[in-house]
Amino acid sequence: MTQILSKIKNGETAIVCQIEESSLKVKLMEMGLIEGKELQVLYRAPFSGPMAIDVGGYVLSLRKDEANLIMVELKPNKA
Amino acid sequence: MKIALLGNPNTGKSTVFNLLTGMRQHIGNFPGVTVEKKVGKINVDNEEYELIDFPGTYSIYPRSKDEEVVYRSLCNNQSVNYPDAIIVVVDASNLERNLLFFSQAYDLQLPIMMVLNMTDLAKKKHKEYNLDEIQKLFPEALIVEANARAGMGIDRIQSALLMFKGREGDTFQTEVIAMVDNIAQQEIETEARFKRIASILPSIEVIRLKKDSKSNKLDRILVHPVWGYAIFTFILFILFQFIFEFASIPMDLIDSSFSSLSDFLASSLPNGVFTDLITQGIVPGIGGVVIFIPQIALLFLFIAILEETGYLSRVVFIMDRLVRPFGLNGKSMVPLLSSVACAIPGIMSARTIPDWKERMITIMVAPLMSCSARIPVYTLLIALVIPNKLLLGFISLQGLVLFGLYSLGTFSALGMAVILKLLIKTKKKGFLMLEMPSYKLPSPRNVLIIVWEKVRIFVWDAGKIILAISIVLWVLATYGPGDRMSEAGEKAQIEYSEKGYSEVEVDQYVASVELENSYIGIMGKTIEPIIEPMGYDWKIGISLIASFAAREVFVGSMATIYAVQDDGEANRPLIEKMRSEKRSDGAPVYTLASGVSLMVFYVFAMQCMATLAVVKRETKSWKWPLIQMGYMGVLAYLGAWITFIILS
Repeated sequence: MTQILSKIKNGETAIVCQIEESSLKVKLMEMGLIEGKELQVLYRAPFSGPMAIDVGGYVLSLRKDEANLIMVELKPNKA
Repeated sequence: MKIALLGNPNTGKSTVFNLLTGMRQHIGNFPGVTVEKKVGKINVDNEEYELIDFPGTYSIYPRSKDEEVVYRSLCNNQSVNYPDAIIVVVDASNLERNLLFFSQAYDLQLPIMMVLNMTDLAKKKHKEYNLDEIQKLFPEALIVEANARAGMGIDRIQSALLMFKGREGDTFQTEVIAMVDNIAQQEIETEARFKRIASILPSIEVIRLKKDSKSNKLDRILVHPVWGYAIFTFILFILFQFIFEFASIPMDLIDSSFSSLSDFLASSLPNGVFTDLITQGIVPGIGGVVIFIPQIALLFLFIAILEETGYLSRVVFIMDRLVRPFGLNGKSMVPLLSSVACAIPGIMSARTIPDWKERMITIMVAPLMSCSARIPVYTLLIALVIPNKLLLGFISLQGLVLFGLYSLGTFSALGMAVILKLLIKTKKKGFLMLEMPSYKLPSPRNVLIIVWEKVRIFVWDAGKIILAISIVLWVLATYGPGDRMSEAGEKAQIEYSEKGYSEVEVDQYVASVELENSYIGIMGKTIEPIIEPMGYDWKIGISLIASFAAREVFVGSMATIYAVQDDGEANRPLIEKMRSEKRSDGAPVYTLASGVSLMVFYVFAMQCMATLAVVKRETKSWKWPLIQMGYMGVLAYLGAWITFIILS
């Protein structure tokens, strides 16, 4: 089931399915967010501020609006 | 040979630059844009290389003003900065993302060197890379391993400089680099590159273990809803402590040395206009610039350390949501904080904000943050009209008022930001997309170079304007129409001598009367009707005009008008004189109402030509600085007027 990245909880891992068409698409791709990429949500800033995600070993922070553009598939936790 | 130094942000690019060039750096601007261009010279085997440091970018396609120069300089062989060769610094711990930009740079067909940096960090992240496989991917590139932070690999880079070789047409990707405005093609191109990189990544990189757990643990505290803000507040507290308390020691020293220099020159040079120009115009003008160096250096020392450790991006992270309702970006924090020392470096550091609107708002409100030039004015006026009492037994009333003035500046900056957010229309949406670098110890060399650069910007950019205006104001204060000044001066000389005043006192009264009859005195009197509603007289008017170049001039100008010796920080004789100043009806001029009104005026008014000049340069039009001066003037006038009415 695909969902938007901003709905993924801290600590969960997901795989990028698609990035919505927008002026930011190229920029998001340049940061390494491309189809099939595995990422993990690390933590969020207070007051529903930006979220920090691990993208292949580096930490990227995105505003909620930006995370809303990214469709992901949740990867079940291997406990 | 001209070499471009490129790379992703946070790859240690500036460390590489600093190590290669040492202090032999020259800072200018890229033509047509206000992006700082750092150029350094390297000599290897009698060959001179010119290294140009470009802003860090994730791709050849620009996303902010800063990054445009990379595209423009590299994709146009007519550009004056078109290099003969390029060095790309690559973060070895994050090959996948870094290779995107490297592969784009590789396809430009310029002789190219890859500096595989941060090899230590890669090891920490348990990543291993296969150098041979990377070389196979980019057969025409020189590849050098380095760990610049530890000073390792610099000699290898230097010797590799001699081995740059011409290109023979090998490309990583056949798709050509897209035009800067062709977003669709950029998408295709970026995706194709990443696909290729992803397919070869397993052969060039082995990951033994994941997770940078130390960073993660620290982050949980530093971005915590309670601890995160508490720690940030605490750091701010320390920072202000440094700016206000500790900076005053070198500042007093600078102040006294410049006035002794003036005195020394005045007594040793022959009397005349030229000597007066030097001792009353130029030397105090330079002193007025130099005196702010300690505060600016200390503030940037702090900011540079916070930036180098990686903490600053966490501040951006936790503040972004809080400042967004005001039309600002988390990245506005650095410009606004810097503006507490001086708005000039603050406004210049707004370049890192990728969104035009958020950047504009930041620039427009930054001068409302109370800068160090306001402190002498605040201090004088507070000592003058606010009683030195304790509230509830422990809160100093004077301290509270000072705090109130800073808060007034900060809150009005936020308020103005909201108004500008509604007024400035733009189609593009702001974005953050910020890399949070791993925590590391700051490199003292990088920190010192940052501090040095900021101080240099202030002294150079602000200094020359402050100095120029100081000289103009000196002329306006030294000359008057016709013989008016000298006649008034002679009359005063006779009058006060007859009254039996000492020679020094007579001189002070003459100076005061002369100033009253100078051009600036006449200007002060002319504006009296305009400033009267705020509770000011023409003497204050003169000082308002005189402090247009730099706010702190207010104090010195007041000292001349009231014919007292400027004794530096304490201003005791000046305060006594001002206290006894009466209006024609016998009421004191400086009351709580007029004093506070004057403070409020200085919180708001754009009394700084140097800032206006920088805003003009950064926004590339006179429109923005004029709007800024206008709105700040209106705020100052109305604010001071209302304050006066309420308090009197």
